[in-house]
Amino acid sequence: MALGVGCAAPPGKARDNKTGSWRVFRPVFDPETCNRCGMCALVCPEGCVHENEEGMFEPDLDYCKGCGLCEEVCPKKSIRMEKEEK
Amino acid sequence: MAEEKQDVELFSAGHRACGGCGPALAARLLLKATGKNVIVVASTGCMEVFSTPYPETAWEVPWIHSLFENAAAVASGIEASLKKQGRSEKIVCICGDGATFDIGVLCISGAFERGHDITYICYDNEAYMNTGIQRSGATPYGASTTTSPTGTCAPGGNPLPKKDMPAILAAHGAPYVATASIAYPNDFVKKVERAINTPGPCYIQVHTPCCTGWGFESRDTIAISKLAINTGLWVNYEIVNGVVEKAKKVRRVPVEEYLEKQKRFRHLFRPARQDAEIAKIQAIADANAEKFGIDIKLRKPAE
Repeated sequence: MALGVGCAAPPGKARDNKTGSWRVFRPVFDPETCNRCGMCALVCPEGCVHENEEGMFEPDLDYCKGCGLCEEVCPKKSIRMEKEEK
Repeated sequence: MAEEKQDVELFSAGHRACGGCGPALAARLLLKATGKNVIVVASTGCMEVFSTPYPETAWEVPWIHSLFENAAAVASGIEASLKKQGRSEKIVCICGDGATFDIGVLCISGAFERGHDITYICYDNEAYMNTGIQRSGATPYGASTTTSPTGTCAPGGNPLPKKDMPAILAAHGAPYVATASIAYPNDFVKKVERAINTPGPCYIQVHTPCCTGWGFESRDTIAISKLAINTGLWVNYEIVNGVVEKAKKVRRVPVEEYLEKQKRFRHLFRPARQDAEIAKIQAIADANAEKFGIDIKLRKPAE
């Protein structure tokens, strides 16, 4: 039975939309002072902060909107927001 | 299993929420808690609009949206069908406070009365943010919205108190009702895990500040939700089989600290400070503290 009602979209299709272009401030992570608590990755509304192979956290600038939540929650103050140069 | 959940991002980046969006964070945490074996039912609302502008979707799990008012009814139907087929997917509704407190009460009440095994999550951003910040049943006393504006006739903004939705659904005999906040992400994740593993209809109301609607900087989303808890205007608690348990205790701070950071309460401070209105909001916080016993009391010397 095929129902032709409604709309369907492929899972995670929103990734086509690179929201990084919205950014005014860019988060800069300092690996020297980071204690790898992972709070930045936990609270990112975009889910775009990831742990790399060395265990350090880094933002995916294709999607980061530059909200600054990660800077606020970082207990070691090792994230700072810098004005985006375009 | 827990580690596997942490790695997989089921709520994908690229959704169109504002930077620093509280509900977007709640959606991410929700899917971290549920994992893949879930069917999400959404009502109309900000989350539905920013996460699924056709033909895009941020959800990587089965997701369905029908109308504003009937998320609980759709979820009931899915649950009944899955039960008949002997399938194990969990059903989770994610709806805004407008859909929960005002428009969807009929269907929610029906679903909870029939006892469907669903988890209903209300992300509470305290107004209809998607359509332009109209007042809902969840808007707190004193907040200025576009339909409860402050002015000479209503110097205090919204004249009505916030509806006590958790108590209404606990009164339906729900086995598990909880409030949570994105200020404590792990607490929210734990509560969702408990709710989806509890048979019967469960309800979680999660406090999700909206930087656009409330008027604060996007980086302050977590700080504002923490202040709501620290002032006593939001209380994290669980109601298990009708009994209130585990209310989060705090050392309370005056409500001004929460109010003065938000544009929706600006009229209380400018052009003239309205002490009478602030005292009324403080009284709400005091009543919450009294009701749930959230004040940390210093140990008294033995008498």
